[in-house]
Amino acid sequence: MDPGPSAQDDGAVWLGVRVLTVNVSETAPLLAIEDLHVTFSTRRGLVEAVRGVSFSVAAGETLGVVGESGSGKSVTAFAVTRLLDASGRVSQGRIRFAGEDITRASSKQLRRIHGAAISMIFQNPRGALNPIRTVGQQIADAIMAHEPISAGAGRARALELLKAVLIREPEKRLDAYPHELSGGMCQRVMIAMAIACAPKLLIADEPTTGLDVTTQKTVMDLLAKITAERGMAMILITHDLGLASRYCQRVCVMEQGQVVEEAQPLSLFSAPQHPYTKRLVAASPTATSTIADLAPEALLPSAVSHSPHPEEAAPAAVSKHGSAVPEPSGASFETKPVASPQDEGSGKKPAPGTPLLLEVQNLVKRYDRGVVAVNDVSFAIRAGESLGLVGESGSGKSTISRLVCRLIDASEGEILFDGQAIGTLPARDFHRSPLRKDIQIVFQDPTDSLNPRFNAFDCIAHPLRRLLNMKDGAALTARVSECAERAGLPSSLLERFPHQLSGGQKARVGIARAIACRPRLLILDEPTAALDVSVQAVILQLLDRLRREDDLALLFVSHDLNVVRMMCERTVVMQNGAIVEQGESLALFAAPQTDYARTLLEAVLHLGGPTVR
Amino acid sequence: MTSSTLRHTVWILRGNPVTAIAAAGAFILCLLAIIGPWIVPFDPIASDVANALQPPSAKYWAGTDQLGRDVFSRLIVATRLDLAIAASAVSLSFVLGAVVGALCGYTGGRLDRYVGRFVDVLMAFPLFVLAMAMVAALGNRVENIVIATAIINLPFYIRFARAEVNVRRNAGWVEAARASGDSHVSVVLRFLLPNVLPAMAVQVSLNLGWAILNAAGLSFIGLGVSAPTPEWGIMVAEGARFISTGKWWLVAFPGLALMLTVLCFNLLGDGLRDILDPRMRT
Repeated sequence: MDPGPSAQDDGAVWLGVRVLTVNVSETAPLLAIEDLHVTFSTRRGLVEAVRGVSFSVAAGETLGVVGESGSGKSVTAFAVTRLLDASGRVSQGRIRFAGEDITRASSKQLRRIHGAAISMIFQNPRGALNPIRTVGQQIADAIMAHEPISAGAGRARALELLKAVLIREPEKRLDAYPHELSGGMCQRVMIAMAIACAPKLLIADEPTTGLDVTTQKTVMDLLAKITAERGMAMILITHDLGLASRYCQRVCVMEQGQVVEEAQPLSLFSAPQHPYTKRLVAASPTATSTIADLAPEALLPSAVSHSPHPEEAAPAAVSKHGSAVPEPSGASFETKPVASPQDEGSGKKPAPGTPLLLEVQNLVKRYDRGVVAVNDVSFAIRAGESLGLVGESGSGKSTISRLVCRLIDASEGEILFDGQAIGTLPARDFHRSPLRKDIQIVFQDPTDSLNPRFNAFDCIAHPLRRLLNMKDGAALTARVSECAERAGLPSSLLERFPHQLSGGQKARVGIARAIACRPRLLILDEPTAALDVSVQAVILQLLDRLRREDDLALLFVSHDLNVVRMMCERTVVMQNGAIVEQGESLALFAAPQTDYARTLLEAVLHLGGPTVR
Repeated sequence: MTSSTLRHTVWILRGNPVTAIAAAGAFILCLLAIIGPWIVPFDPIASDVANALQPPSAKYWAGTDQLGRDVFSRLIVATRLDLAIAASAVSLSFVLGAVVGALCGYTGGRLDRYVGRFVDVLMAFPLFVLAMAMVAALGNRVENIVIATAIINLPFYIRFARAEVNVRRNAGWVEAARASGDSHVSVVLRFLLPNVLPAMAVQVSLNLGWAILNAAGLSFIGLGVSAPTPEWGIMVAEGARFISTGKWWLVAFPGLALMLTVLCFNLLGDGLRDILDPRMRT
């Protein structure tokens, strides 16, 4: 075994680009992975993260590697670029690049051979850039690590590259530090560094995760353009089927360290063969899918009560587009026929006479130094209605959710709940308000929203103890179990601490806690942003069901337009703290009135949408 | 302590023998502090000039001092006083520092600025000299040693608690607690403080050793505990006069006791964090 990732390698990681140089031979394919196994040694013994993966990439081709968290897709990429942690190693199989076996070549050997190259783009561009060096220096560093050129020439090349990645005002950006650039621009810089030495293969590991939809589109379009222009092959690793279907010529689906299916995107997503692919495709929202389409809801309660990992245990008998027959199970839920938003248009929607539950009037939130996070925002929610709040990062949507939840005070404007002005009581004292229990919130990051020192039971019991003054005893235990069960969390998991639960289970604890006091308004702040797509499908259905059962009004804050379209009757589009457009979701999504809403909608990637290249 | 906590503790100690040894040492020290006066072979205060300055022997395990008092008995009896001074000083600064620091970290603003400057001023003094000055000014009594030691320890706890709470104050679970009906004060006391406790436990354990040294140092220069009382610092001070004549045991044994005690608490620190942190329970 060679020393593995050495200090030198770490430096390359810091740069965010790792360039391997190997002889070019003209024999295709460019990269061939044969029966790759990667093993990690952990506290609980050896764990095989990749179990026999084989695929190949031809020169100039874009291959998508799709899978959920833990599927081994990133580990595969790290094995190719030799960036595995010290605890991980390739235990079996071969990686050939341009005909040459690079599986066990030492980094020194790899460096000595010149010619073609592999480079990599990482998920968090800001984290991968060195914060104390200018962007231009870092690009020049990436070049000079492999070519003996002067600093002046390096700077000129860096400028050229910044122009190639279409950064506005490249001369100015050359001397900018990473913190002065937006996330999208940082990713462009990363791309510039990655293509600096004209690699033959670019590995992009979740290149747009964490970026706004419009930024995602421009970054991906840029990647597609550059790889096409320069004849580079690309491996696009993503959890987003829409992204893969749009930008890849071939897609591999990975599950638990294995490639379960490989095909062209069109056939893969229109006629998936493997049960896992089918489930994944079903769970991914499309331009027309409804909540009911995502996965057969009837399977969920029973699956939940029998499996400790409901979302991980793939129900084998999932058929496409929710056509499964509801399972008559012993679950304590009544399985109700799920109506699509279209049906609701006539049936479920609160009648015009329904009183307004929440009315927000001319809300303004100013921070110190004159930053206006929310600027003159007004909207209303009727009892039992679901309102979507969409916008990109910095649009003020999260601030609004905290204002409405009375966690922070507004600078101006009124919030009326059930006809009462609740803005008059300062947020500091709102915990004493009798309305506290009526307005509850589910947070974005399920891990971050649970107290690490409370087990699941205490997390759910806490609001009951505080707001309903319930004392420990049979009544409290029964209520907590009931809430957990309604949120699809088996009572056997109630003793566990957050770190012992999966992401989906933590999300369920957060939901159970929020519904424990039977609120009338539930604020959902990006409730599924941190979850895998199949878990998201399950959580969305759960929220939809709870809403029907409790006649709950929802304020659904999200950057994901597909999700909002499915969940909400009305949608508010925000930009820079102000409302750009609001209206019935169906109408708004079918025919947006403003340019901004149109741009947002066009940037949304759908399965089965047009393919680039 | 529930059975799961106990199991977890045993598991941590088994995987970490150094912690287990340190824990055993700390347990023995505490035991000696409690039952010491009843098990010692000789009266630690009664002088017996006929047997003065005897080297260690089967009768006098650690020899005798210039007044013929058994050094071993005095060492054992001194455990109580030294541990009591250190423990009360550390708990005083821990409780005060954690609460004040947590409030500063959570609220920020004016309170944070004022407390921050006060801490800066305190840290600007040589801490031992400050403690000396305080004991000299307040009076030469044991409780004043405790107060002085507590005050010079305070900055570390305030800064530590402030930093730990500050990074957590915008966590989702803090907002969730407020949505569940907790006031700001209750969020700090019932949510944030318990979460920074594991990290602070390390600080407490390290500090305990330091406080023992500090108390012994004050006694060594003649402040605080006064002459006939058995105390490690005084014993070293008194023995120092005889070291040039080769009576090494008068200094060596109290010094050794100090060293072992400080070492023991330092080693305990890391293990304590693992035991107190529920995330380590898998």
